[in-house]
Amino acid sequence: MATVDLKDVEKVYGGAVKAVKGVTIAIPDKALCVLVGPSGCGKSTLLRMIAGLETISSGTVSIDGKVVNEIGPTERDIAMVFQNYALYPHMKVYDNMAYGLRNRGMPKDEIDRRVKDVAATLELAHLLDRRPRELSGGQRQRVAMGRAIVRNPKVFLFDEPLSNLDAKLRGQMRVEIKNLQRSLGVTSVYVTHDQLEAMTLADILVVMNAGLVEQMGAPLDIYEKPASTFVASFIGAPPMNLLPIVASGNGATLADGTDIGMAAPANAVTLGFRPEDVDVVMNADRPEGAVALPARVEAVEPVGAESFLYCAAAGNRIVVRVSGRATAKPDDDLRIVAKSEKLHWFDQAGKRV
Amino acid sequence: MTPRVVFPNKFLPYLLVAPQLAITLIFFYWPAGQALYQSMLKEDPFGLRSKFVWFDNFKRVLSDPSYLNSIKVTIVFSVATAAVAMCVALLLAVMADKVVRGKGFYRTLMIWPYAVAPAIAGMLFLFLFNPSIGSLAVLLRRAGIPWDPVLNGNHAMILLVIAAAWKQISYNFLFFVAGLQAIPKTLIEAAAIDGAGETKRFWTIVFPLLAPTTFFLLVINTTYAFFDTFGIVHAVTGGGPGKSTETLVYKVYNDGFVNLILGSSAAQSVILMVIVIALTAIQFRYVEKKVHYG
Ligand SMILES: Nc1ncnc2c1ncn2[C@@H]1O[C@H](COP(=O)(O)OP(=O)(O)O)[C@@H](O)[C@H]1O
Ligand SMILES: [Mg+2]
Repeated sequence: MATVDLKDVEKVYGGAVKAVKGVTIAIPDKALCVLVGPSGCGKSTLLRMIAGLETISSGTVSIDGKVVNEIGPTERDIAMVFQNYALYPHMKVYDNMAYGLRNRGMPKDEIDRRVKDVAATLELAHLLDRRPRELSGGQRQRVAMGRAIVRNPKVFLFDEPLSNLDAKLRGQMRVEIKNLQRSLGVTSVYVTHDQLEAMTLADILVVMNAGLVEQMGAPLDIYEKPASTFVASFIGAPPMNLLPIVASGNGATLADGTDIGMAAPANAVTLGFRPEDVDVVMNADRPEGAVALPARVEAVEPVGAESFLYCAAAGNRIVVRVSGRATAKPDDDLRIVAKSEKLHWFDQAGKRV
Repeated sequence: MTPRVVFPNKFLPYLLVAPQLAITLIFFYWPAGQALYQSMLKEDPFGLRSKFVWFDNFKRVLSDPSYLNSIKVTIVFSVATAAVAMCVALLLAVMADKVVRGKGFYRTLMIWPYAVAPAIAGMLFLFLFNPSIGSLAVLLRRAGIPWDPVLNGNHAMILLVIAAAWKQISYNFLFFVAGLQAIPKTLIEAAAIDGAGETKRFWTIVFPLLAPTTFFLLVINTTYAFFDTFGIVHAVTGGGPGKSTETLVYKVYNDGFVNLILGSSAAQSVILMVIVIALTAIQFRYVEKKVHYG
């Protein structure tokens, strides 16, 4: 139904604060694009510019190939789900959902049909006569979703829609949003600071940092090939282990001189490997073509299906994920082994080499 | 409910409220009692003797056409004053909400008129609209309007309403500004995305959400117009021409202090007292609780 294109979009607040510093993203029809990044990186600002709630300082935003910079939110034919839901407190659920349709002059019976349809899909049918304050957080969230869906807009915008829910509900709604978005086939932009939400929802994942796009692509591609140390440490939980290294002779060492067991590529100053990509071995064998570091277990965190070992290796904290129960105990000395194909190298500027 | 603090001392609490009780008794209950007593007395034409006549004064007052006229005048005056004061204040508050630069300065300027004493405000408008020397009266006459508040009762009423409303606008403005600020911005944004233009947003979102403020101000403004406008009436029209702007409060003064019909005046005071109590009860009962979304 619609594509969304951002070209060199910038936002300067009050002539001084540069919140978005030139972002270019192309979102194809029916795709769900997730903007993820730490708090204050400009995600909401970008989303609000797509919605028309903020002016665009420079660059262009296009919906369906048409530049909408000068078009107000009322005419953009988008729907937005706010973090605090922004339900109209003085209107019943039914009227909350019907409001946008009435404003567009839709006939009464058509409004009624649509609202009831959507209410049935979202299991809200029995709540239509309540006011927002009489609903639970999860129900309010569904009403906010319903209000967006009932309009059948060109684009859905979500600004951290699940962050006010408890963990369990958040998981459920995440799946539901994904299913709804897919079955409705509406192009969507979804803002979150939660990397798990981002990974699971995104068709296109955009990792932002300080007003800039750090990396953009399919979630698993980003997970497997993070473009920078920032992305490496932001995507994945627990985050990737990053260790500073120095080249020495035809090998490489940690900062304190500990030999890592293999050579580093040119310019690499940081070595990274994910907690799930390492093995721990108790013996002193030195496997070929792998990084092997002596480490001491500091703490063990059993989570159930897996356990995390928090280890210290020459002043660095390394997290290791092992499936099931961990056999290691605190104060055990062991060797951490990461295969060369599972290693990530980053240069001085933090870029992948 | 938070648990109550229990004082071990039996007398201290009474001692602590004693001054307040004394003041209330001496300055409120005693005069109120006097008024009640007076309202049941009737004096002879020379004011030498009086006799107890039970509710005769009330019967006479309530069937007196000039009292009924005064009720009508008061209602017209109060409704008009409250309506004008609130509409203008709301309009100004909505505009102030849009001001980006100098917001604080603008608001401070708007609050000043509240500091002007009622009688002074009355004099101000009396001069401005004085048929012979008032600058605004001259403008009106130039515009072809035969402006004459001294002889025309309707004109006198309009002048009175303007003067009374003017003073109240600042107060209403403050509350409306606060009320507008309390409306979450995302609601307005959501409504904009939902296709509502600015006017539509105001009437379907902003105005309904201001209802608690509006209701509160309605009670306050009505009370003000009923009871706090003596100074303005006295300064601007003195109840005239004829009795066309004689409000209930002003009539109490006229009958009691000018015409010295003490029994009737006292009966009128008691009726006013009942109205005040009723209005206050409404205020306490509804303003805090009923008109509230959350
Ligand atoms: N209305 C505003 N005026 C000035 N600065 C703002 C405004 N809104 C956001 N900012 C600033 O812009 C930056 C990005 O904000 P935002 O887009 O809300 O971040 P995010 O949603 O990623 O947490 C922040 O530094 C924030 O302080
Ligand atoms: Mg945000």
